[in-house]
Amino acid sequence: MAFTPPKETYSGTVYPLTIGTGDKAVTIGGENVLSFHSFEGQTPFKPVIAYEIQDVPPSDWPESVRKPYDSVSDDPVKWAQFCQDTLKAKALALRLVGTHPDRENRSPEEAAKTVSDILSAVDIPLIILGSNHVEKDAPVLVAASEAAKDKNCVIGKAQEANYKTIAAAAMANNHKLIAMSELDINLSKQLNILLTQMGFEKERLITDPMCSALGYGLEYTYSVMERIRLAALTQNDVTMQPPMLGDVGMYVWKVKESQAPESDLPEWGATEERGIAWEAQTGASLLIAGSELLIMRHPRAVEAVEKLIEELT
Amino acid sequence: MALSGVEIFKLLPKTNCKKCGFPTCLAFAMKLAQRQASLDACPDVSDEAKQVLGEASAPPVRPITFGSGDKAVKMGEETVLFRHDKKFVNPCAFAIEIKDSLSEEEITARVEAVLNSEIDRVGQKLRVDAIALTNISNDAGKFEAAGKIIASKAPDVPVIICTGDAQAGEAALKLFAGKNPVLYGANASNAEAMAAVAKEHKAILGVAGNSPEELTDLTEKIKSLGVEDMVIDSGAKTAKEMIEHNTLIRRAAVKKNFKPLGYPIINLVQRDDSLFESLLATVGVTKYASILVLSSVEKWKNLALFTLRQNIYTDPQVPMQVEQKIYSIGEPQPESPLFITTNFSLTYFIVSGEIENSKVASRLAVMDCEGLSVLTAWAAGKFTASKIAQFITESGIDKDVANKELIIPGYVAILSGAIEEKLPGWKITVGPREANALPAFLKTR
Ligand code: B12
Ligand code: SF4
Repeated sequence: MAFTPPKETYSGTVYPLTIGTGDKAVTIGGENVLSFHSFEGQTPFKPVIAYEIQDVPPSDWPESVRKPYDSVSDDPVKWAQFCQDTLKAKALALRLVGTHPDRENRSPEEAAKTVSDILSAVDIPLIILGSNHVEKDAPVLVAASEAAKDKNCVIGKAQEANYKTIAAAAMANNHKLIAMSELDINLSKQLNILLTQMGFEKERLITDPMCSALGYGLEYTYSVMERIRLAALTQNDVTMQPPMLGDVGMYVWKVKESQAPESDLPEWGATEERGIAWEAQTGASLLIAGSELLIMRHPRAVEAVEKLIEELT
Repeated sequence: MALSGVEIFKLLPKTNCKKCGFPTCLAFAMKLAQRQASLDACPDVSDEAKQVLGEASAPPVRPITFGSGDKAVKMGEETVLFRHDKKFVNPCAFAIEIKDSLSEEEITARVEAVLNSEIDRVGQKLRVDAIALTNISNDAGKFEAAGKIIASKAPDVPVIICTGDAQAGEAALKLFAGKNPVLYGANASNAEAMAAVAKEHKAILGVAGNSPEELTDLTEKIKSLGVEDMVIDSGAKTAKEMIEHNTLIRRAAVKKNFKPLGYPIINLVQRDDSLFESLLATVGVTKYASILVLSSVEKWKNLALFTLRQNIYTDPQVPMQVEQKIYSIGEPQPESPLFITTNFSLTYFIVSGEIENSKVASRLAVMDCEGLSVLTAWAAGKFTASKIAQFITESGIDKDVANKELIIPGYVAILSGAIEEKLPGWKITVGPREANALPAFLKTR
């Protein structure tokens, strides 16, 4: 019996999306097949990993992932330069956690200043994230969008409760936008529709179906991503065709497995290696499920996943 | 090839006698094509039709048991490409390579690492499943000697004998008689000899081609030599080849019912860089491998890979859950604390584990919330004040406790007033948000 490779052809394509400006701009998406299925279609652009940095020192990060940034993380600008110049980051994700009312409660103006300072110090693409406080994120991200006008950044995250203000600011200042909903393909579709109805171009969106860490709901994110991607490709559903984000580091570095000391749990092995593997495997799984943009923290985890991307493309 | 309803119809008696329970032979044929009926229901079907249809209706990926006894691993039986369609059936096995060029001490140490690899996670015992003995030395004597060490130290662990030399393979296989080992290494140049040895010693034959095309020819040839149980290696070495080959093989099997590739897949993913190796294994776990051969068993790597496999192979419709009841941790006295949580396995095991860590005997009331986590159950209206009050009242636990105090998860602090209202006489205490703060919380009480 002869073997005929059962290849698939799909009717839909993921939108290609470019972030940043100049030589260092990067493009993701653009494929008309499932992740890394280059044997049956086009995969013009590779997924990209952005290094996560913060506007305030990472006092809440576990030691293994705080350590690599010890000498720079007291200053977001130094931290951004270190990622760009020393770690050769392809993109940065600035999380403005310091604006959260339960944290330093920084003002939108302070956040805007941090954004401007970073943008004048580095030239790789920048993702600008709020503190995930639905009310506070709106003014913070408006100010940040203005400070970054025309730099083609990614602004996030717009959620059902606050998308209008944030999307309007991203639109007015020529940015891309992350639309986040909570692990539900229908909610994700609905939010994308709401955004396009208010005039935001669907080709400028990134879908975040919400991340979860290995061992803590990863299978939900994995399957929601696969389903979104299948809807985009096989049903040519235009509301499901933006590239997808996996916001990996934030979820991984709070679970027990990424930080419990080996002395407490000898059967779990070396703490630092375990945390790095946890982050790298979570990221790798989500790439396979369909995401083309990851936000990660540990340099060794990023390096390993980048090497995997090279081998997969 | 999968047969269509019409193709099946042509093989049926076409008498429309209805004995099968369907109005016509065609209706029955359509059900057979959708795998919703069994051929046995028709008493008049010819032997020839039985043979043709029997082949076509066998599971798309052949079920095979690797190893024997408690540690046996089931493989195959998969029916879908995506886990959201239907649960992936048999979790992929992790095998650790042991080279026959190692010293006796090194071999023993690795065998012991395999034996001690078991970790309990969410109530499941997870471990490195198998040992792959490789004939790196090319010396049949060394190979057999290494096999002897493994057979004596780990008699219950399933074994893969990796060699292209049928004679060396035969000598090693004899050490694992009756234990369903895999003999890996059949290829175009040695297929006859390897098939003969596998058949004689009832081993599963590991077939290695250089592409899915070449594998097809090989498995057909080997099957014609009388070997039924095979695991297949398409020669995929890079991550890209793994995704491509494994996807094409699984698709051919489940969508086209293409028998020559309807066998469990084995991928060799050994790399010097252990972290990178774990990412290649990630590709294998998510993309259809049934056996992954790794080079090392660091504990951190095991934990991450076991967890990934567990996540990918859980039932997408039914979260893992535990029974609703009041669990005792240690030997609780009337004045011991009483906690409440939901019956999502992960939640239960994390919380009970932390209470155990604190060494304070306690009671943990686990409420049926259809396997949802605390916040999910709360958001879904399954972990509400009235339901909690009803559960506590109906449990009759008030008779066993001295002070009617119930400690609730910090994330649902908002419920405390409402529960107090609905449970007259009870004091509701808000515990910490994260379970890992429980030992400190209990210490300061
Ligand atoms: C996976 C997941 C799902 C899965 C369900 C998984 C499951 N079996 O529960 C699915 C996809 C089905 C789902 C659905 C929904 N989800 Co959901 N989901 C999650 C997610 C990502 C992880 C949940 C999880 O597994 N946590 C791990 C377990 C172990 O946590 P836990 O049970 O809370 O236990 C911890 C603590 O509470 C504490 N603890 C537990 N018990 C006790 C007891 C005591 C006494 C103490 C002191 C402490 C304690 O210890 C544990 C570890 O520290 C969370 C977000 C997140 N990252 O947390 C959202 C989340 C819980 N979901 C949310 C929502 C809103 C929903 C939906 C209502 C909406 C939707 N998207 O459709 C639905 C509702 C479900 C339904 N059937 O209708 C929200 C809840 C928000 C809120 N505050 O109300 C969350 C927080 C996401 C978010 N950020 O908004 N979800
Ligand atoms: S029992 Fe057999 S012969 Fe009779 S109707 Fe059914 S398929 Fe046809």
